[in-house]
Parts: sequence; C-alpha cells; structure tokens
Amino acid sequence: MELKANVPDGSLEKKWDRHRFELKLVNPANKRKYRILVVGTGLAGASAAATLAELGYEVEVFCFQDSPRRAHSIAAQGGINAAKNYANDGDSIWRLFYDTVKGGDFRSREANVYRLAQISVHIIDQCVAQGVPFAREYGGQLVTRSFGGTQVARTFYARGQTGQQLLLGAYQAMMRQVGAGKVRLRPRSEMLDLVVVDGRARGLVVRDLVSGELSVALGDAVVLATGGYGNLFYLSTNAKGSNVTAIWRAYKRGAAFGNPCFTQIHPTCIPVSGEYQSKLTLMSESLRNDGRIWVPQRQGDARPPSQIPENERDYYLERMYPSFGNLVPRDIASRAAKKVCDEGRGVGPGGLGVYLDFADAIRRLGENVIRDKYGNLFEMYERITDENPYQAPMRIYPAVHYTMGGLWVDYNLMSTVPGLYVIGEANFSDHGANRLGASALMQGLADGYFILPYTIGDYLARSRFEKIGPDRPEVRQARTDAETRIQRLLSVNGKRSVDSFHRELGRLMWDDCGMSRNEKGLQRALSRIPALREEFWRDVRVLGENEQLNQSLEKAGRVADFLEFGELVCRDALERRESCGGHFREEYQTPEGDPMRDDANLCHVAAWEYAGEDSPPKLNKEPLTFESVHLAQRSYQ
Amino acid sequence: MRLTLHVWRQKGPKDPGRIVTYDMPDVNPDMSFLEALDVLNERLIQRGEDPIAFDHDCREGICGACGMVINGIPHGPRRATTACQLHLRTFKDGDEIWVEPWRARAFPTIKDLVVDRSAFDRIIAAGGFVSVPTGSAPDGNALPVPKKVADLAMDAAQCIGCGACVASCPNGSAMLFVAAKVSHLGLLPQGRPERRDRARKMVEQMDREGFGACTNTGECEAACPKEIRLEFIARMNRDFLRGTFAERPEAE
Repeated sequence: MELKANVPDGSLEKKWDRHRFELKLVNPANKRKYRILVVGTGLAGASAAATLAELGYEVEVFCFQDSPRRAHSIAAQGGINAAKNYANDGDSIWRLFYDTVKGGDFRSREANVYRLAQISVHIIDQCVAQGVPFAREYGGQLVTRSFGGTQVARTFYARGQTGQQLLLGAYQAMMRQVGAGKVRLRPRSEMLDLVVVDGRARGLVVRDLVSGELSVALGDAVVLATGGYGNLFYLSTNAKGSNVTAIWRAYKRGAAFGNPCFTQIHPTCIPVSGEYQSKLTLMSESLRNDGRIWVPQRQGDARPPSQIPENERDYYLERMYPSFGNLVPRDIASRAAKKVCDEGRGVGPGGLGVYLDFADAIRRLGENVIRDKYGNLFEMYERITDENPYQAPMRIYPAVHYTMGGLWVDYNLMSTVPGLYVIGEANFSDHGANRLGASALMQGLADGYFILPYTIGDYLARSRFEKIGPDRPEVRQARTDAETRIQRLLSVNGKRSVDSFHRELGRLMWDDCGMSRNEKGLQRALSRIPALREEFWRDVRVLGENEQLNQSLEKAGRVADFLEFGELVCRDALERRESCGGHFREEYQTPEGDPMRDDANLCHVAAWEYAGEDSPPKLNKEPLTFESVHLAQRSYQ
Repeated sequence: MRLTLHVWRQKGPKDPGRIVTYDMPDVNPDMSFLEALDVLNERLIQRGEDPIAFDHDCREGICGACGMVINGIPHGPRRATTACQLHLRTFKDGDEIWVEPWRARAFPTIKDLVVDRSAFDRIIAAGGFVSVPTGSAPDGNALPVPKKVADLAMDAAQCIGCGACVASCPNGSAMLFVAAKVSHLGLLPQGRPERRDRARKMVEQMDREGFGACTNTGECEAACPKEIRLEFIARMNRDFLRGTFAERPEAE
C-alpha cells in the first residue's frame, strides 16, 4: 500500500492557499449531478452535509440516533479553540499550531495542523453568524478562557454546553438544506458496510433500525464522520451508541487505520461507583482553570478533606509542573493522578480518585462567579454523586475520552480507498499522540465546513463515474455479507449477553492497554482477545429477530467489531516501542518517570492495512517530517 | 433497596400494549434509572425474554435521547433532571414505579418506551435556523451582543429536544420546544432578519404535525429538564402574530 500524504509544496503558511487554487472545481451547474453519502451527523458530518448541499451537491445523510441533533458532539462541554487573539495575550496562528503539535507530542502532520490553526478563526465567525450564543462580556464582545496545555486564553465557550450549541448550529444549517430538498435525511439508520466498486468507494449497506430492512445507498463519494472508538473500553465518557463499526468495516474494505493505539484518557471524570456502571461522566477540563487538584501527603489518610490541613496536602500538579500547574495537558494530568493513586494516596472508594478543590476560587471570586462559570457542571456532579462541590471538593479520576487514532487520511482527508473521505474524530487526525482540550470541536468543524467541501470537489472533477445499480456483483456481495452476519449473530443462541462480553473486553483493554502499557500485558491481551471473540461467536445470546427494532442485535454487531478491533489497538501499542502522548509504555521512561520518545525510529504514522481474516494486518509507515518545528522533549515544567 | 417496576410493553406500533410488572429486589441507590433498566434487561435476556426497548445515548442529560414518563411525570420526579441523570436514591425502598413512553398524537410509539419524535426535526427544517451559508460570516466580534441578551438566548438555546414538554401537556402541544428555538434565534442580532417569518413557518409546521395548541397550563415548564421558561412562549406569540398579520408576503 502506498501512503501518499499529498501535502502541497511551499512554505507552511502558503500551502493551503496554494492548494485551494490548484484544486479542480466542479461547475456549479454540474454539482447537482453528484451524490455524496455522509455517515454521522456530529459536528463534522452535519457541517459537511450542510456545506456540500449549499454548494449544490445532492447529499444523503445517515445517523443511528433518532435525530441528527443527538450525535455525541452534543456532549462536549468546555469550548472551542481559535487563534483570534481577542484576549491580546500573545496568541497567533503560529502559536496555536505550535501548541497543538507539541501537545500531540510531535506525532501529527505539520501541514495539517497549521491549516487547522489557520481555519480556526473562520469557524468562530461562522458559528456566531449562525446564532451560537457564545459567552459575552458586558460590552458585547466574545469571552475566552484558558485550557490545558496552553498559556493563552483562546477557548470560546457557551456555558458548559459548547458542543451542544455548536452542534445545534451545524444541525440547523443542515436541516435548512433538508427543508430545501438538498439533503435527504435517514435517521435510525446504521451503516453496516462500505461498497467499493472498481477500487472506489461508491456506497453503503445500511440497516433501518426500526424495520430491520437492509438497503444499499449508492453515490459518487462517501464521507465517514462517525466519531471515535472510546467505547472499546466499555466504560468511557462516550455516548452508549458510539462505536467503531463504520470505520472498521471501511478498514476491512481497504482503508488503512492510523495510530489505533493513540487513545486519550481524560483526567477529570467522575470515578466509577459500582459494577452496574454503564458509562463515565466527564467534568469539563475548564474546571482546572479554577479548581486545584490534590491528594493527602500521607498514604491511606482517611480523614474527610475539610480536616486535612493545608500543609498535609499535596497539590501534586502545581508541585511537579510549576509553570503550567493544574493546566498541564490531559495525558500528563491523567498519568500523575494514576501515579499518586498507585502510591496509595488516592481518595474515595477503592482509593481511585483525587480531589478537585474550588475552595480557594470561591474565597477569591465568590460563589456567584463560580456558579456563573460552572453552575451546570456543579449541578451535574451533585446529581450523580449526591455531594455538593461548593462545600466539599469534587472527586475525580481519569477515564477514556477521545481517540486520536482513526482511519488514515491524506491532506485532502481522503482515505486509502479513493472516494472515501473521513472527517472529525473518525480520522487519525491532527492531534498526534494527544489532543489538547477544546481542539476536537475545532477539528470537526474545520474538516466539515472548510476543508472537505473543497477537496472533495477536486476528486469529483477529476474522476469519471459510470452509473452503477444494485445488481453490480460488488454491491450484492456487500449486502449479502451484512445479511449473513446478522443471521449468524441471531443464530448463536448461547448463554451470555452482549453487554457481558463488552464489559469483559473493556476491562481487559483498560488493564492491559489503558493508561500505561507494557510488552507483557499487551502480549497477554493479544492472546486473550481472540479467545474472547471465539467465545462470543459460540455463546452470545441475541434475542428477537432482524425485522424489528432490536437493540440487542444493534449492540451485538458493534461489540463483534470491537472484539476484532481491540486486537489491532494492542498490536499497534506493542509495535510502538516508545512513550508519547497518551501512549505510555512502561519500558520507555526516564528514571524520573517521564515518557521517552524515539524520534529516530518511530517518528511516523502507523497505518495498518487489512490482509484478510487469516493473516495479520500489514504495517505501513508514513514518515513525519518537521520542517518548521524543532522536535523537543515536551516540557510543561 | 427493593423496587417494583410496572413497565409499558408494546411490541410494535400495532400492538395495543400493556403494563408488565417486574420485581427488582436488590438495586443500588447510586444507580441511575437507566442503569436499573440495564440490570433488568440483563435479567430478561437470561430468562429468554425480550429486553425493554428505550432510547438513550449520552447518559449525561444533554443529547435528549432518553425520555420516559416515570410515575406520571416526564423524566420522573426530580426537578431539572433527565431520566438518565435520575438516580434511584430519589426513590424509597419498597417504592412502586410506573414507567411509560411519551404519549402524544405527534409522537407515535415504535416499541415499548421508544417513540418517533421526527416531527421536531421537521419543525426545525421549516425555519429553525439562520440562513447563513458557510463562508459568508463577518468577524465574530463585528456585531456586539450585550451579555444580558446572549445569556437570555442561551437560556432558550439549552433545549435538548427531548419532548418532555409535549408529553406533559394535556393538549400534546410543542409550544415550548418551538418557542425555545424562536426565542434563541430571535433574540440575537444574527437571527433578527428572519425572526417573524421563522416563527410563522415553525408554528405552521407544528400544526401540520398534529401537535395541540397551548392553553397556558404550564406543565411543560415544570417538566422541562432544562428549565426552559414559559415566558418564551409569549415571546414567540408576539413574533408569530407579527409574522402572520403584519408581514405575511402576499405571494405565498
């Protein structure tokens, strides 16, 4: 497999401008002759669908939720970055670019990240014009705040519901096109396979989740905006429905999978409370602006927090990283929390928690200011834990939150299957080995509003498409494959529920491929996953039939894919013999416990290629070259 | 703790449906209500019975997917809380709990607790947006928005589109949902040019979908998990009247 990144020549600042000029255009009158299929309606999918339809393309959009407005982008809390420098604190496109490359531990593609920083400023303008009610100063100007991994205030927000407001903006733009007849909307529809004809992505196999009917949608290009795969770990901050199926099916049809082991563990989540736990809840990173993180200095100190005097507390992030303090990037904050808990200084049930304390901020600013900034987050915390964070510190612990890995794409966001574009969290993206806070919303919208709509036109203009019908052998084959799989799932008729398999896989992944990883653990996972998968196909119990709303069947298909995909994640983690960003290999650390990268041998994107059921996947490498940035040991001290 | 659940079971749109009683002898008060349903479903699967179908996704109270009437109240007894954020500690040991789907003409039942809320999407498609194509926006700070106005718009914009307002209304009206969007966009300078047209088009679509009219009962405000206020309906009525009588284009 050849990995052509297609990064344009020229200086970093000029690449995107120049590239846009070089892209071929589709004549406005011809655009309506092209049909583009978009899967997923989060920030990336909805913004792409809206923009493509505005340009004149025929668009068909699919989501598994009952409404496109429910895609998981809706749950993003903290904010969206943009290099506007409204705060006049020294921000610039270059600084956002540099922070993002450094935050990602130098494992992202320089040109992509620079383009992202350039586009960030237009995103804010677009969203404001759509009526996104961003926070404002009394004078009417937009407010910004700071976030982890940066020393400037460049994060725009709408209370603690920024993702919701941005998504509603994109959703409404898309619904305008639905009303205008340019977008055909297909909710409660799940993509089960990709249709590839003559080496190009031409369609999808889709299951109607209400009737169970399988159908084939055909078009001239396919866009996957299907989000991340954090639910591989069962417990994560992702919505229950988030899954890997769409990109995994595309992988099995020829799309390379980039850096699957780059997963992000978010430091501030509400700790697990019991066996029945179905998901974990994030407490926005923005809380680290005013909250101070600490644990008792002494091991096993069981006193309530209010009775632990100041000099017996360890504000470990402020101690270890004086210049960034509580605002170090997520991977660093998460590992530090694990470290103090491993030392026996964790708080709460099982010692798996650290305090996030607002007492100082409340003293300094008053309760009203804190309520204004974080009120809804505090309420959510209280609702879940029954504890009042205005009075006692929050207890938090890291949890799986985001996946930097995803399908490999070139500079045009096209995968290794021509005509298959991948945007948002679903692609291996611009975040390298670790994403900075408030950058996921930025990337999703940059891809959907401002990059894909240009680049996809170039592909369409350069290609010739013959009309294909549902009778093409490739189309029929994909449909039959999906049908066979469903029948197989329904006919196992074993004893164990789908959730019990999912939970077991998740625990296994968390133990052996979670916050820190080592060769022995990864080897163990690689032998246990196939055994679990075998047991799944022998003993899973999926009740009911296909021809109805059958949520067990939906879950079963997704878990079956996770059971294959988990192996690839562990394999990638094993091959990456270095520590970088969210990927911490215990064998590769300094005597002080800091991660050690191997730039000489591993400064590349690992792009895995499917080689059939019976062969191990093939590893391809896209070397990362840094022309504008010096590769440094990441330091936040 | 022990709970007895009486749950609405309905195989499909044509099935008349019925209440089925399930004993939950050993639930944990720290569970969310949906986690209790998860546990029940696991048991049903073990017994070979069809698990209860219900919509849910984020389980953080923001996606708006979940929604069920719990003891006669949409999303259950706790104020400003979605079903997914409702914890069993809200109930007492030994309580009996009735669980039913949203019931409204415009929300036909699909199965068990799952209903079809696509009417909401069609209302948004009719006018719930600002007509601003990608790429045509001025600088974000070009037009100042007073903090008070932005805050009020945000209060309205918090609507999660769950449909609790409709389920709680004796008339099955969607006025609060529509008013929240009309107010959110109409308050901001960016949304003002289309303000009255928007109200008219959205209300007309609401009527076409079979939602009832508003009689100021106020149940919707009490049931809303995001505490959207009734006063937004007054705001919408103003825009609607002007849009209908003062400015209706003759050509339509």
